[in-house]
Parts: sequence; C-alpha cells; structure tokens
Amino acid sequence: MEEIRYEAPTTLARASELLRESGARVLAGGTDLIVQMRTGRAAPSVFVDVKRIPEVMNLVLGKDDLWLGAAVPAAAVVEHAEISRVFPGLVEAVDLIGSTQIQGRASVGGNLCNASPAADTVPALCVIGAICVIAGPKGERRVPVESFNTGPGKNVLEAGELLVGFRIPRPGARSSDAYLRFIPRTEMDIAVVGAGVAVSLDANGVCTKARVALGAVAPTVFLVPAAVAALLGSRGEDAALARAAAAASAAARPITDKRGTVEYRRKISGVLTKRAAAAAFERARGAGRA
Amino acid sequence: MKIHVHTHVNGEPTEFLCAADRSLLEVLRDELQLTGTKEGCATGDCGACSVMLDGRLVCSCLVLAPEVQGRRVETIEGVAKGTEIHLLQRKFLEHAALQCGICTPGFIVAAKALLERNPDPSEEETRYWLAGNLCRCTGYDKIIRAVLDTAAELRGETR
Repeated sequence: MEEIRYEAPTTLARASELLRESGARVLAGGTDLIVQMRTGRAAPSVFVDVKRIPEVMNLVLGKDDLWLGAAVPAAAVVEHAEISRVFPGLVEAVDLIGSTQIQGRASVGGNLCNASPAADTVPALCVIGAICVIAGPKGERRVPVESFNTGPGKNVLEAGELLVGFRIPRPGARSSDAYLRFIPRTEMDIAVVGAGVAVSLDANGVCTKARVALGAVAPTVFLVPAAVAALLGSRGEDAALARAAAAASAAARPITDKRGTVEYRRKISGVLTKRAAAAAFERARGAGRA
Repeated sequence: MKIHVHTHVNGEPTEFLCAADRSLLEVLRDELQLTGTKEGCATGDCGACSVMLDGRLVCSCLVLAPEVQGRRVETIEGVAKGTEIHLLQRKFLEHAALQCGICTPGFIVAAKALLERNPDPSEEETRYWLAGNLCRCTGYDKIIRAVLDTAAELRGETR
C-alpha cells in the first residue's frame, strides 16, 4: 500500500498541482476530514494542508467587501467585533458550529466544501450574496455559494481546484441578516432546519431587497424566491411574515430521519423563516440609524 | 517515509518523527511521553485531548502531527510552574471537581484559555465555553464552581 503523504504548500499554484493527484484531499481545520478518515469514510493518499497559503488564511473587512479566506478558523470570525456588527447573521451561523475546540479549527470554507445539506454557514452565506473564489489549473473562477454544492457530499470543485475564500459585499444602509437553526438540544447537534434571511429597507422601512435560504430540508441548501416575494414591499408586518413562512414550508423538500419527520421539518421551515425575517427587519431598522 | 517535525511544546524546542496521518495527540502521548493529555473519543467530541495550538484551544486528536511544524503547542504539563500547581488545579482539588480524572486535563486547559480571554465570565459563558469538554462523573456543577471561584480569586475578590 502507498504511504500516505502530507504536503503544506505555500502558494495556490502548488496546492492546485498537488490536488490534481487522485486521492488528494484538502486539509483545512480537519474537523470533518480527520473524523471521516478515522471512521473509514475517507482514505486520502495525500493531505494538502492549505493553512500556509496566505490568501486562504486572510480575513479582511474592507470598505466594499469582506474577504473570508476558506480556512480561517471559526473562532477568528466570531471574535472579530466589526464583522459581527456588519454580518450578524453570518456570525450567528459560524458561532453555532461545534464546541470552542472545534471552532478553533473548523472553517467556513470547510463547512461549505463538506457539502452537508445541514451545514449551518451555507444558508447564511447564500443570503448575503457570498461568492466563492476558486483557484485551479485553468486560473480563477467564481461561483455563487448557492451553486457550489450539487448534492450531499458533492460540490463543483474539479481535480486541481480548491476554494480560496469568499468575497462578500458589504450590505448597504438599512440592510441586515439573521440565521436561525433548530436542534433538539442546546449545543452541538446537526440542524433539523436552518433558515437565513437578509433584507434591505428603504427610508420608510419598506423592504426593497431580500434573500431567504433554507438548510437541512433538501439535498442542498437553496434559495426561496417565493418567500422573498412575500417580504418585498412589506415592512415586515405579521401578514407578510406569515406569507413568507407559508412559502418556505411549501418550498421545503425534507426527508424523515431521527431528528425529525417530513411534516415537522416543513412546519419548522416556516417558523424559522418567520423568526429569522423578523430579526433581519429589526436589525436592518437599527442599521439605518447607525 | 517519516516526517521530521520541529515545533515548540510548552515553550521548549521539540522535534519528532511521525507518519503523515498521526495525530498530535498520538505524538504527544506516544513519542513525547506527555501523557497528561488524554484520549477520550478521538473524534473531537469529548475535549479530553484539549491543547493550545498557536494560542487557540483545539482537540489534539483532530490535528495532524505534521501540522505543528513551526507552531507553538501548550499542554497540561505546561500549566503548573515546576512543583507549584496553577490556581485552577488547586480549585479543582478544593471543589472536588474531579472523580476519575480522565477529563480533568482537558477541562483545566480549556478553562485556563477562557480565563485568559475573559477574567470575569458568567456562569452561562463558562458553561458554553466548556460545552466541548465532557465529564461523565461530576455532573459538571463542581467544575463550573471551581472555574468561577478561580476567576474570582484571580480578580482579587473573596467569595
């Protein structure tokens, strides 16, 4: 049997070269990959540790956008006070991941690439319009987060490609986001449903732009245009939130498993959409004053 | 071929040889004879193997040993200063915050990381911070008391 190798490239070009080998796997925080390996679900031939590549580890909140390197640990995102202020929903989602120890290693990029339908950060990334920056043998390409995963455990990355990070536009005035998930306990479990909502309001508090995404109720996280339609033109009043909730429940295509039945997940999809939308409206109104 | 790794463990320059897929936990215990760090689940769920890596609390079972090249690792063995135990360790004894002791090094390392960031954590903050450390003996209450008592004493308050 070939001996397993460990490589720690310092450039994207070298990482891409290594990732062309069959059996090469990106090692970011390792909280999924190492567990999969120990339990026999993954058998990499070479670990490509991307944490010595500057672009992949940078976290920069600029004037126009946030650069979130794919392997930045969750803890670095959560402890960045300004990112929490600008993207409260994203940080809510990141802070729901695992324990303190897991947050010291686990990354948002890893959470996306692992392609779990229930990944907490993915609905939150979708609603704030995060764009995946991918490096590979043919150069750089960009893919919206909502198009990155193609099924459970599957994503658009081809041989030699790696996720470098996320380009996330700064929200305008009177704009904000929220993410809520439901689990049967208070900590460290997998979402039964996750709902992300982002809204932008005009000076009168009327919603001019919105995005709604659901997790854990389909093979991949998905956007819910019908829920957006219910929010547009509203001030987040109860009737609009109820219509958004109904649209989210109707859009959910969940399965029954030990965490919940199809019927239960449909119901909770609506409840969380309504609550996350109410939180996003409330925050957007506050963001107008700031 | 084994990988030659140069690192710092508890402030000491340290080197070791390891296979690519060895965990930091395995190297600490089996190569460096630092057996204070415990193996519980080996899947990042229990926190018994908690160490600091470049100032961040992590599970050493979910770190590959070659990853620590040039990094700084701090383990339970670095918590006491010579024969003088850390206040957290004394408070764990005073509050009887351990029974079988397997989880204790992980709790001490994790609690120390909390108090270095937040000298005055609430009970809720303490419970959340330590939620990744499992104890099957104490029911947690004595551990939380020990940590909060340590924090109070470090702040110069008497409880």
